[in-house]
Amino acid sequence: MRKSLSRYFPVFVLPTLAAFTIAFAVPFVMGIYLSFTKFTTITNAQWVGIDNYVKAFTYDGDFVHALWFTALFTVVSVVTVNVFAFILALLLTRGIRGTNFFRSVFFMPNLIGGIVLGYIWNLLINGVLSYSGTDLTYKAEYGFWGLVLLTNWQLIGYMMVIYIAGLQNIPDSLSEAASIDGASPFKTLIRIKIPMVMASITICTFLTLTNSFKMFDQNLALTAGLPEKETEMLALNIYNTFYGRSGWQGIGQAKAVMFFIIVAAIAFIQLKITKSREVEQ
Amino acid sequence: MRIINKKRIFMSAAAIVCAMTIFTGCGESDRVTVRYLNFKPESAEIYKELAKSYEEETGVRVIVETAANNQYESTLAAKMATDEAPTLFQINGPRGYANWKDYCADLSDTKLYKSLTDKSLAVESDGKVCGIPYVVEGYGIIYNKALTDKYFSLPSKATDFTSMDEIDSYEKLKALVEDMQKNASELGIDGVFASTSLKAGEDWRWQTHLANIPIYYEFENNGTDLSSDETKRISFEYSEEFFNIFDLYLNNSTVDRKTVGTKTVTDSMAEFALEKCVMVQNGNWAWGQISGVDGNKVKAENVKYLPIYMGIDGEETQGLCVGTENFYAINSQASAEEQQAAADFIYWLYSSDKGKDYVINKLGFIAPFDTFGENEVPDDPLAKEVMRWMNSKNASSIPWNFTVFPSAAFKESFGASLLKYAQGTKSRDEVKADFVSGWEKESAALE
Repeated sequence: MRKSLSRYFPVFVLPTLAAFTIAFAVPFVMGIYLSFTKFTTITNAQWVGIDNYVKAFTYDGDFVHALWFTALFTVVSVVTVNVFAFILALLLTRGIRGTNFFRSVFFMPNLIGGIVLGYIWNLLINGVLSYSGTDLTYKAEYGFWGLVLLTNWQLIGYMMVIYIAGLQNIPDSLSEAASIDGASPFKTLIRIKIPMVMASITICTFLTLTNSFKMFDQNLALTAGLPEKETEMLALNIYNTFYGRSGWQGIGQAKAVMFFIIVAAIAFIQLKITKSREVEQ
Repeated sequence: MRIINKKRIFMSAAAIVCAMTIFTGCGESDRVTVRYLNFKPESAEIYKELAKSYEEETGVRVIVETAANNQYESTLAAKMATDEAPTLFQINGPRGYANWKDYCADLSDTKLYKSLTDKSLAVESDGKVCGIPYVVEGYGIIYNKALTDKYFSLPSKATDFTSMDEIDSYEKLKALVEDMQKNASELGIDGVFASTSLKAGEDWRWQTHLANIPIYYEFENNGTDLSSDETKRISFEYSEEFFNIFDLYLNNSTVDRKTVGTKTVTDSMAEFALEKCVMVQNGNWAWGQISGVDGNKVKAENVKYLPIYMGIDGEETQGLCVGTENFYAINSQASAEEQQAAADFIYWLYSSDKGKDYVINKLGFIAPFDTFGENEVPDDPLAKEVMRWMNSKNASSIPWNFTVFPSAAFKESFGASLLKYAQGTKSRDEVKADFVSGWEKESAALE
């Protein structure tokens, strides 16, 4: 068995390994190297040390502002998306008429690309705001809540599907035992359902957290940072740094490396916390 | 054991071959080719066509690739690092050159440079010619003569003007525009000026083109040497004049000034084409956009240009803003044969009968080379108007000094400030202060 495994290693693993190396590992290492250089194209890089990292913070406050804005946005989105998705999942596992139809309807927004979605919501929200003579670019708050709304609309359906799968996996014997013992529906929810779907909560918070933190297309299409970069999120800030000034590619790259570390760290901590609360069935 | 090993080697080889074919594709012959990275997506098909006829005529292959709208710099950066780097590309002026100086060959010995009529238009650095302008463009206020004539014959008009030729200063323009706005319903328009597009990415007509004029006059006043470090500081001396015309645009428009954050250039041009407005600020490249609007009402013979007057002394003799942001550059890291092939190709394009036909009639360029006769100009009304103003004895053109604006980041942030000004959340003084400090900071950021 071992022998045949190692014999077929090249056929089954090598192509994937090569693809992984070429498409991920090499660019990743090169990216880190480039963040310490000044470059126009990747072949003419000159070493500048940590200069780029210093400039990312000292040149202007945009990066730090984008970081806080993104963090706030992420917190609000993670909470709202998961709460609404869970409520929908509860409603749609009760066997009401048209359950399948509603599930499809809620899932559909997830199939639309970010840029398109951004433009559609830009038109919608501006259409509503025009009654008060303003638009999305008027105040940072408008842009912020616009982004939250868009993210909710896009992600709720997907998370709902995961929660539905989790809820359907709860053994009937548990809920029956609870109702025989006289537990109220609310108590059942808190003591039985939520602990039993912790695995779904882990994956859903992970997905919403990373998706919100890395958001780019929707941000670009909905507000593009207006007014005056107040609604600029991290990914968009990196993009603008990279292409906004000649010779600033290295600084954009340095920001991108920090961005990776932040996203990885937050996702790792979140996984640790929620995983520890999962229960064995 | 041995058999297994052999099998293993064979399998590894097979797997590697599999992977290689996915990642490399087929090899190419060593023939000298010209690789051109085109800037204008709207002309992509035309370039492909002319590349084909060049190959038929000379046997030299020209591969044209086109960058998506607003993606030229990023596409160029990505392509430059590959084996198939462009041998012919374009830079947008001195700032663009700074980014690509390691890749710009000296073009002073090329035939195309020698036939350039006005050598001062080229991008030069340390006695090297690095960019040859290949098209001249002009911008100003485009107006619809049918509507202005209608206004001049209105019984309810309150001004004494009888022709647009009388308008040669901001004062007169303001009087005309404001009275026209009062008579909007008689004229059947929503406003005099098309909407002032200030959506992100749609604000270049103001943060770049309109801002060019006060900056040009400031440089003129101070005798600034444009190729020196003197351009790293400005005082925005004519900010009031800038805001005067900007307010005129905003207050006499088809839309409320608070809603301009949702407006795009396409919206503005459509309003002009559908005769919802009389005037719009844009360049001669906009004709295609105007004539392409469904239900276009504007007739070609009625499309005219007026210089942008903002109340600066001596503006009576001001013409349109004429210049270019499109300069050919040849990749200095390509082989000598390839560089020569690229130079031959662009000279062919601008000197042979076939090439010139493409330039004039299909690309619609006003070419700045002595290989073109006086009648060899594109057949579109705005290009003709630009030529008329350029050749006028009473007016002198304003060059495109915005090529020395510090960076795209600077222009974007100025555009965002202008939006806040339009919405009433930022004052003239604040915008001016940000403009001055932003200019200095952004200039310093480029070393």
